Amino acid sequence: MKISEELKYTSEHEWAKIDGKAATVGITDYAQDQLGDVVFVELPEVGQMLKQKDEFGVVESVKSVSSLYAPLSGKVTAVNEKLKDNPSIINKDPYGEGWIIKLELPGLEEATHLLSADQYLKALGL
Amino acid sequence: MKRTPLYEQHIALGAKMVPFAGWEMPVSYGSIIDEHTTVRTAAGLFDIEHMGLIDIAGKDALALIQKVSTNDAAKLGPFQCEYSILCNEKGGVIDDILVYRLNNGYRIVANASNTDKVLAWLKEQAKPFKAVAIEHNHKLGMISLQGPSSERIAAELTGLFLGGLKKNHCLPWGEIQISRTGYTGGDGFEFFVGHEKVVDLWKKMLGMGVLACGLGARDTLRLEAGLPLYGHEYDDETTPLDVGYGWTVKFDKGDFIGKEALLKEKQKGVKKKLVGLRFEDKVIPRHGCKLFNDQGHEIGVVTSGTFSPTLKEPIALGFVPAETLNTLLVEIRGKKFPVSVGPKSFLKNPL
Repeated sequence: MKISEELKYTSEHEWAKIDGKAATVGITDYAQDQLGDVVFVELPEVGQMLKQKDEFGVVESVKSVSSLYAPLSGKVTAVNEKLKDNPSIINKDPYGEGWIIKLELPGLEEATHLLSADQYLKALGL
Repeated sequence: MKRTPLYEQHIALGAKMVPFAGWEMPVSYGSIIDEHTTVRTAAGLFDIEHMGLIDIAGKDALALIQKVSTNDAAKLGPFQCEYSILCNEKGGVIDDILVYRLNNGYRIVANASNTDKVLAWLKEQAKPFKAVAIEHNHKLGMISLQGPSSERIAAELTGLFLGGLKKNHCLPWGEIQISRTGYTGGDGFEFFVGHEKVVDLWKKMLGMGVLACGLGARDTLRLEAGLPLYGHEYDDETTPLDVGYGWTVKFDKGDFIGKEALLKEKQKGVKKKLVGLRFEDKVIPRHGCKLFNDQGHEIGVVTSGTFSPTLKEPIALGFVPAETLNTLLVEIRGKKFPVSVGPKSFLKNPL
């Protein structure tokens, strides 16, 4: 299982890459492996305001469906349009091409409570 | 949790294992979509050792089978099998099965989730007959080679000419029985093989370029072909007629359990029917999603739903009132989406 040291994680298997007051959000390699082939992704609207832990979308695989939860509060500034036609990039590159949304953060307080790579691995029992 | 003799093979292949009907089974070895596509275009191999094998022996073996199942087993020649249904007195389905006539008796293949129930039912029904129902004690099992290349591969493997082996017919290969059957809607062969030989047979076929496939692809393949699955399309209150499987019920063969109820249903006309559901939206209706008519009345339910790797669209099966013709709405996570009603099979050219 791949994991990136520079990302922050949630116990619901989302990751966030924080760059100043912007964050890119996706699901972890563990999550995509558990889901299997991703076939549809339901995305939020650009401009939508999310509170931390809000459900902001859905990932459907052949076998199952999973909700996506916002790792941080913020305004949606972009959604990954490529996922509409090619959702399997989540399986192929969950931390890169397979990103899901970008957020503009009101502050950085919440981000300090997200899990580090080590803490996320521990939460998985790995 | 029970394990099949192929458990170590699955682990070595990196399978994702899941609990299924008391068994630890491979759901996929990587990608369900790849496994599915390989079975539609080449050949895939499935571990179906979890299926229940029950032999019916004794002077009255045929009479017992005729009593408990809806199809006509008297028409089976040696080394033939037929799809049949075990019904309760109300015509509800206890299990859907294959009945094999072998050289010295009959064999029933039952769903893994129903094996114990079926065995108990057969033992109870066998009491007035000179017949016994014996479970195979897990010394014999099945693996299933499926796909358009499976005839070539099975022929190469065995040295047998299989071009003349018809669907639902068997051929012995030493102690192994090869049966031209499957659950994908396409061509394929199922091997009844002893536990001491199954690992070797499995490895040989994979060595010939066959892809190991899991329960995930088994489900998407059967769903694309519109084949019902117990616990989804069948249960003890649903009849074979509701599912559109009247062809499995032979009213002219004599008495059988459920006949009276099924005859009554046939005369009155079925109230519900199983249909194929097609969607425009990128959202998958799953087991239990409700179906509504254009007036907003709830009229049916989705029994199975998935993503069709062949059509690259969501597909589903569901029950609707018998008179339903065209467009409905399906509720998924609180939202309603249009859905069109059509035939059960989603394959354009029935295989």
